[in-house]
Amino acid sequence: MSIELEINGVKRQVAAEADTPLLWVLRDELHMTGTKYGCGIAQCGACTVHLDGQPVRSCQTPVGSVGAGKITTIEGLGGTHPLQASWVKHDVPQCGYCQSGQIMSAAALLAATPKPTDTDIDAAMSGNLCRCGAYQRIRAAIKDASGELAVTAKA
Amino acid sequence: MYIAPEKTRTPSGGQGASRRELIVGAALVGGSLLVGCSPADIMGAGAPKTDFGAFGPFIKIDADGAVTVMNKHQEMGQGNHAGLSAIVAEEMDADWSTVKVQHAAANAKVYANSLMGVQGTGGSTAIANSWMQLRTAGATARAMFVQAAADAWKVPAPEVTVKDGVVSHASGKSAHFGELLADAAKVTPPKSVKLKDPKDFTLIGTERVRRKDSLAKATGQARYTQDVYLPDMLTAVVAHAPRFGGKVKSFDDTAARKVPGVVDVFAIATGVAVVADGVYAARKGREALKVEWDDAKAESRSSAQMLSDYQKIARGELTPSDDKWAPFTTKGDATGQFDGTDVLHATYDFPYLAHATMEPMNCVAQVDGSKCKLTYGAQGHSLDQMAAAMVVVNLPGAIEIETLFAGGSFGRRSSWDSDYVVEAVQIAKRVGRFRPVKLVWTREDDMTAGHYRPMAHHAVAVKVGKDGYPAAWRHRVVVQSFAKASPMMASMMVKNNVDSTTVEGTAGSPYLAATPVVDAQVFTPHSPVTTLWWRSVGATHTAPVMEHTIDQLAARAKIDPVEYRRELYRRAGEAGARHLAVLNLAVEKAGWGPLEDGWTRGVAVHESFGSVVANVCEAKVIDGEPRVRKVTVAVDCGIAIAPNQIAAQMEGGTCYGLSAALFGQVTLDKGRPQQTNFDTYRVLRQNEAPQVETWIVPSAHPPSGVGEPGTPVIMASLPNALFAATGKPVSSFPLVKA
Repeated sequence: MSIELEINGVKRQVAAEADTPLLWVLRDELHMTGTKYGCGIAQCGACTVHLDGQPVRSCQTPVGSVGAGKITTIEGLGGTHPLQASWVKHDVPQCGYCQSGQIMSAAALLAATPKPTDTDIDAAMSGNLCRCGAYQRIRAAIKDASGELAVTAKA
Repeated sequence: MYIAPEKTRTPSGGQGASRRELIVGAALVGGSLLVGCSPADIMGAGAPKTDFGAFGPFIKIDADGAVTVMNKHQEMGQGNHAGLSAIVAEEMDADWSTVKVQHAAANAKVYANSLMGVQGTGGSTAIANSWMQLRTAGATARAMFVQAAADAWKVPAPEVTVKDGVVSHASGKSAHFGELLADAAKVTPPKSVKLKDPKDFTLIGTERVRRKDSLAKATGQARYTQDVYLPDMLTAVVAHAPRFGGKVKSFDDTAARKVPGVVDVFAIATGVAVVADGVYAARKGREALKVEWDDAKAESRSSAQMLSDYQKIARGELTPSDDKWAPFTTKGDATGQFDGTDVLHATYDFPYLAHATMEPMNCVAQVDGSKCKLTYGAQGHSLDQMAAAMVVVNLPGAIEIETLFAGGSFGRRSSWDSDYVVEAVQIAKRVGRFRPVKLVWTREDDMTAGHYRPMAHHAVAVKVGKDGYPAAWRHRVVVQSFAKASPMMASMMVKNNVDSTTVEGTAGSPYLAATPVVDAQVFTPHSPVTTLWWRSVGATHTAPVMEHTIDQLAARAKIDPVEYRRELYRRAGEAGARHLAVLNLAVEKAGWGPLEDGWTRGVAVHESFGSVVANVCEAKVIDGEPRVRKVTVAVDCGIAIAPNQIAAQMEGGTCYGLSAALFGQVTLDKGRPQQTNFDTYRVLRQNEAPQVETWIVPSAHPPSGVGEPGTPVIMASLPNALFAATGKPVSSFPLVKA
């Protein structure tokens, strides 16, 4: 079936079964590869996108359920988001595979909570796994982007 | 991860002979010993003739003077894109801000890892094996620019200087690399070049050496195997046997073929492949597939039963016929030494561990007859070329590989049987006509496909002397050997029936060097469960065993664990000198002694892959689970090229080891893995991650690796911190039982 989606401010027509996860529509249909597959069961956060500003796991979001919702992916941040500059400043990524999801979760956090505490960061970011263990740099980069540079950050 | 040295690095920085012996073994690859050929000749046979340009296979220079370094290794997160390109830039005096780096092609003749003999990344060797090679390449290119300038300006070459990619002379003449490029390319490269004195380094060892890929990875632009979309590409998934060693008996694909998008279904060596026009259709097709499995030769035991067998083997109550005890360190006469009351007994159990990289295994393959191209996060280039060549019947060097970023590896992407690569090639061969096929493993495929860190059991008995220090040490290790599972690996890594990766870290321990009588042996039971190197390999179990045993001995002797180690390192002499230095640094920076509010400190020190790491962690049991809030790491890795990335590897390695120590385990029920995804295979999350602070020991020795050595130390210091709190030794991992 043909479905209309609004992704990063652009209307896109895709052909997909309604139960297809949004993740696979983004990747296999639209070849928007910034959003990653990691687990398929909403346990790792690598596929995080925003739906009407809220972070959602696209691997567990049937494309048929999106409707007129506005989707934002890592590509939609345009490379100019303060978090992306902060990620570079702190050399956060190692393998980098989880980082799109990390940044999308962090962007939603900062949008709702411009000056997050450590507790806020724990709550917002603990659904995003990083097997390389870049956690302390992720925390430092979020605080730096929010203007609250972590005193313990070495990077 | 690839090859573990059994000898420590000599003070002069020379590499242990064992590594070179591996090269001889590598000549056996493919089952044919070609007398007179180097392993690189064999693996490179059939490689296309390539003109690398004036500056050789490692350096390309754009018309604007920007330098691109070709990385023969895999950048899977460990930061070698930064470190390797910095080595070139330093000797070239290139403009670091414009230096770029790319993955090189697969070509063992020019890109072999000099510590392996073939092309591959592992064993924390990327920097170590490239050090002199890339310094020489950079210095040679610099000399060519200097000569070109000297000729053009008619000035003596020794008076020409280079800084940040700009060549200058005191007369005021100046030109950047781009302007001199055409002339420099015509200069005959000097046969020998003078390398910089390390005290003159201006880039190496500074905070300026930062990652080159952070922006690409922060914007979703970095390209991984998952991200490959080629015209007309198909996607494949494979239904694998639920038990290790199982085979396809029969299958019914009637329903699978009716799934929209499914193109073909067929059996391959390891299961049944479903080929479709996308991931979702392929997965739906596989769900509709009915397969009957032949488990006649499959592993049918539970992991609990296997572990119980290991314990019986260690106690001498069971001796499977598939191996025999192999001594690996023997000193003095151990007879009758361990019967008295002055003996500390300790046992340790370690589960199977999955690597659980963020990006599951995958590979894009194109095959037409014997022609084959692979596009993926290659780590074991030469081994994968050989394995693919055997499927398509070609020379290994003729297998083209385009190397992409890997979404983590920790050892997994370089497997001795090239498992997922072979699957991709088999499927692409059936599809044919060079049509691209992306083999995609789901998380569940990845986690249940084995190649685990082997399960292990250690039984230790230490006779304590009157002074409280070890007088005699008996050590029994029971662990699966992945080297013995493959004749090729066995030829490289097994000597006197000892697979060095099963005992490294106990073998070579300064504590055994400090003990007058030692009887250390290993037994390697067989199982169809596939095992593999896992970040820091043998150290993942030997480090916690040695270090936790030391803390128990110190407690028994009522000596502070730091002081106890210092005395043993002194007794070990040269074998303990670097350990003592990192221990002292870690303790100085962390502080040592009691903490408030139930927090306790634990210390551990371990050498792996030529680097020595100590850490002091602060831990406490909160809501029934151990938490680590801070880890202070000291590392001696020779000359520090990229301090920021060394710190990143200590941070990440610590989290990886902590995750395993706390939560990591794959258990088998009637041979079937019970953990299939991150809901059942728990890993460390943001709210559980400690702050890691890294201190680097200043060194003039050649660089050694940092990708792995940080990992095993936390697996030891955490149990020591818990022991300090409770007085109860840890005897099995993970610490948090599911």
